[in-house]
Amino acid sequence: MTELRYEAPESLDGAVTLLSGGGGGKILAGGTDVLVQLHTEMIEPDVIVDIKNIPELKRLSEDGGAWTVGAAVSGMNIIDNDAFQTAWPGVCEGVALIGSIQVKGRASIGGNLCNASPAADSVPAIIAAGAIANIVGPGGSREEPVENIVTGPGQTSLAQGELIVSFSFPAKQANSGDCYLRLTPRTEMDIAIVGAGVNLTLDDDGTCIAARISIGAVAPTPLLVEDAANALIGTKVNDAALDAMVEAVRAACNPISDKRGTREYRIKTAGVIARRAALKALERAQAN
Amino acid sequence: MAKKVHVTTTVNGDDYEYLAEPGQTLVDVLRNNLELTGTKEGCSTGDCGACSVILDGELVCSCLVLAAETDGKSVETIEGMADGDNLHPLQRNFLDLNGLQCGICTPGFLIAAKALLERNPDPTETEARFWLAGNLCRCTGYDKIVRSVMAAAEEMRGA
Ligand SMILES: Cc1cc2nc3c(=O)[nH]c(=O)nc-3n(C[C@@H](O)[C@@H](O)[C@H](O)COP(=O)(O)OP(=O)(O)OC[C@H]3O[C@@H](n4cnc5c(N)ncnc54)[C@H](O)[C@@H]3O)c2cc1C
Ligand code: FES
Ligand code: FES
Repeated sequence: MTELRYEAPESLDGAVTLLSGGGGGKILAGGTDVLVQLHTEMIEPDVIVDIKNIPELKRLSEDGGAWTVGAAVSGMNIIDNDAFQTAWPGVCEGVALIGSIQVKGRASIGGNLCNASPAADSVPAIIAAGAIANIVGPGGSREEPVENIVTGPGQTSLAQGELIVSFSFPAKQANSGDCYLRLTPRTEMDIAIVGAGVNLTLDDDGTCIAARISIGAVAPTPLLVEDAANALIGTKVNDAALDAMVEAVRAACNPISDKRGTREYRIKTAGVIARRAALKALERAQAN
Repeated sequence: MAKKVHVTTTVNGDDYEYLAEPGQTLVDVLRNNLELTGTKEGCSTGDCGACSVILDGELVCSCLVLAAETDGKSVETIEGMADGDNLHPLQRNFLDLNGLQCGICTPGFLIAAKALLERNPDPTETEARFWLAGNLCRCTGYDKIVRSVMAAAEEMRGA
């Protein structure tokens, strides 16, 4: 038995010092994954480092249209922020799908990302939004696009002692819209068979000038599918363009078969869900 | 021995001070240290909602919160719901409309429903059902629970 300790540092330096102190440190944000892993003895850390008392981790602020979301802000606080909802409805759709109200009362997007489940619902939406993770660690601070964080199931590119402080969302362009949709066997409280986040920008003529498409639960990590985005860029997002996008999404899938769906079913539905998400994002972009 | 954590908190408005094991959950402390056994522990994994409490105004599963995390915070549990002998309208409607059978899920449903009505006094049935999706009941089939919540909401709006 190790002697578990609980620490709640109030500064980033304090957290980094605790986490760099020779292995065994476990970051605790909302705890909706960590507590389950502790109960089932999947993890046996020496010290739990609760990051929720660090002000930078709990900040939710806007500056000239660009949002900074602290990595430990709870899902309920995110979706209850009307201005953020207006700016990033798709990100909020992803966050809203994380478990029950009780779970969202604690669960953060930093935790959803760093737990590194292939099916984490907020992650494709955040990747599609083009968010940047602001990271601190023993070597100072650095920035990394969110799509570079998860490297495999339960694995991230964060080094020992590093933590994500916040996510920077770019100022939303005119005529742009985002959407996240997922497919589950049940309507609530289930794990995605496939999830898709789409973020589009149109010019004044309705031609798509920028797109980011990310899919979840269909590969070991959430994927940013550049070929799918390229199939839409330069088009009016008509049926032919959407068909090409769907093909690119399906080509990128490398899913497992499990009780929620076979490999074939996941590949097929990934295209269907991505198409629906793209149409909703398009509708939002046209309305903005 | 692991280093215990000193916790100062209020539960249902009363001040408490105690020492918790670093890995001890809030539901464990409520039931075993503070002898507030109204809060139930079903699954310990966030799935059933039996352990629902309100932590600084936010509805949470107390099995997914460490007691140490509640230092300086306020906790509301089922024990704080009735005003002396006067049941809360939610409690009375659950009794009148058979919103419970075995009762193990009931404290969690009541707390979750209270959090809903504090935020939205006039929910639609669909909103109530989505809000309560994190609470499981193996007996009632949910319908009578939802009816009890809707009736209590109506009564509270009229009051
Ligand atoms: C009943 C239930 C239902 C759920 N349903 C869904 C669902 O439908 N969809 C879904 O996507 N998820 C679901 N989840 C999982 C979801 O709640 C978690 O993935 C949550 O988002 C994790 O956030 P947290 O703040 O609770 O993280 P924690 O549990 O505190 O941490 C998760 C992991 O991330 C690490 N970590 C946390 N913050 C940071 C940081 N800032 N920097 C570096 N590492 C960090 C931790 O060390 C840990 O490894 C469900 C969970 C439960 C219990
Ligand atoms: S005991 Fe906490 S959700 Fe089941
Ligand atoms: S009344 Fe028995 S579980 Fe709900």
